[in-house]
Order: sequence, then structure tokens, then C-alpha cells
Amino acid sequence: MKWVLVAAMVSATVVSDLLQSYEMKRAGEQSVSARGLARLLQTIARRRLLILGVAGNAVSFFAFMALVQTEPLSFAVPASAASFVIETVLAKFVLHERVGARRTAGTLAVLAGVALVGG
Amino acid sequence: MKNLKTWAVLLFFLLLKAAGNSSMAWGMKMVPERMSMNPALYLDAMLNPFVAMGVAALILALLTRMALLSLADLSFVLPVTAVGYVVAVFLGKVLLHERVTHQRWLGTLLIFCGALLVGSTSRNTTSRDTAPRAKDPE
Repeated sequence: MKWVLVAAMVSATVVSDLLQSYEMKRAGEQSVSARGLARLLQTIARRRLLILGVAGNAVSFFAFMALVQTEPLSFAVPASAASFVIETVLAKFVLHERVGARRTAGTLAVLAGVALVGG
Repeated sequence: MKNLKTWAVLLFFLLLKAAGNSSMAWGMKMVPERMSMNPALYLDAMLNPFVAMGVAALILALLTRMALLSLADLSFVLPVTAVGYVVAVFLGKVLLHERVTHQRWLGTLLIFCGALLVGSTSRNTTSRDTAPRAKDPE
């Protein structure tokens, strides 16, 4: 059951992050001041893909809630990083971000670390 | 200045995420019913004050992360926010008294080094010249 929850959490996160990254770049720079957060909520309400992204977050969130009930926090949180490779590859090919050698090396180090932490 | 703003938002996100995850994990361990597909169980669990605080902090963390994604690439945000995994392992050990092996600490060190490496790259590689800017006097 724990791997079903991890799979649900990871796949929902991948979809959600891609949609949010795509839409937030189009929305322009935001801030986290009180007024900035109110403006951010308005932005979410206006953009369908962002609403879909937030729905993905909700699925991921409920899967995390169920997972953390039975598994240690020090497993549940690193396990959520299984989305790392998929998202970085999609960031390069779908969002057209430049993923250079240093960023790739850093991402691989993080991935190796996550594998050790979760293992 | 923009770089400073990015790092400030990142720090705020990491604090919220750490507080939210720990509170949620602490509270969920107190909930007697096992979670299933029944949504009522999740709503019921949110009546626990620690779970409720965790939910509030994680919602705020979600909004902060969205603001962060407006400032930086997804492929930058992903590894840099991975420092949160290190914090989660530390809090799991200190607050929740979980057993943390040498292997897990080594992994934590690798995550930290990887995040430092990615943090030294340009935060935004996609053009936003045509994107409208949200007006906020801050």
C-alpha cells in the first residue's frame, strides 16, 4: 500500500509542478507579501491550468497524509522526490529550460542522496 | 536584488514546509483510524490541531512555492528545495524520535551538496521578456 501512495503522490506532483511552472512564468513575477498572496489567489482563479495544478497538489497532499500516518517522516518526504528525474527531463523538453552540466550534476547528486535517504 | 528576493522566498518556503510536514506527521500519528478512499476520514483527521496547523502551513507553502516558480526555473527550484529533505530527516530524528542510519545521513549530505551546486547556476534560463509583471509595491 505504501508504494501505491508514493506512486499517487509522485505522479500528481509531476503533473502539478509542470502546469504550475508553465503558468507562473506566464503570469509574471509574484511576491509573498499579504497583497502579493491575494494577487496570487486571483491569478490562480483566472487560469484553468493553475487550478488543475492545484488539484494535482491536493491529490499529492492527501496521499502524503495517508503515507505519513503509517511511515516515518524521514521516509515519506525523501520518497516524494522520486519525481525529480521525470520533472527535470520534462523541464528541459517541455518547458525548454536550459539544463546545463552543473545543474545536471547537482540534480544527479540530489537524486543519489534521495535514493540513500529513502533506501 | 531579484536574486535576493528569490533566496528570501526560498527560505520562507523551506521554513513553512518543514513546520507543516512535522506538524502533519506528529498529528497523523495520533489519528486512530487508518486513511482510505473515504474523504470523511481526511476531514475528520483535520480536526486534530497538529494536522490542522500542518494543513495551514502547507497551503501557505504551496502558494509560496508558486511565487518561487514565477521567479525561477522548475529545474532550479527542484534541487534547491531538496534542502527540505535534509530538514525533514533532522526533524524526524529530533522531534519524532525516528531512527536515522549513517546511510540516511550520507544521503542527506549528498542532497545538500547537490543543492549547493544547482544553487550556483542561473536561476532562470527561459525568457520572460514578453511576460506581464504582477504589480506589487511590496
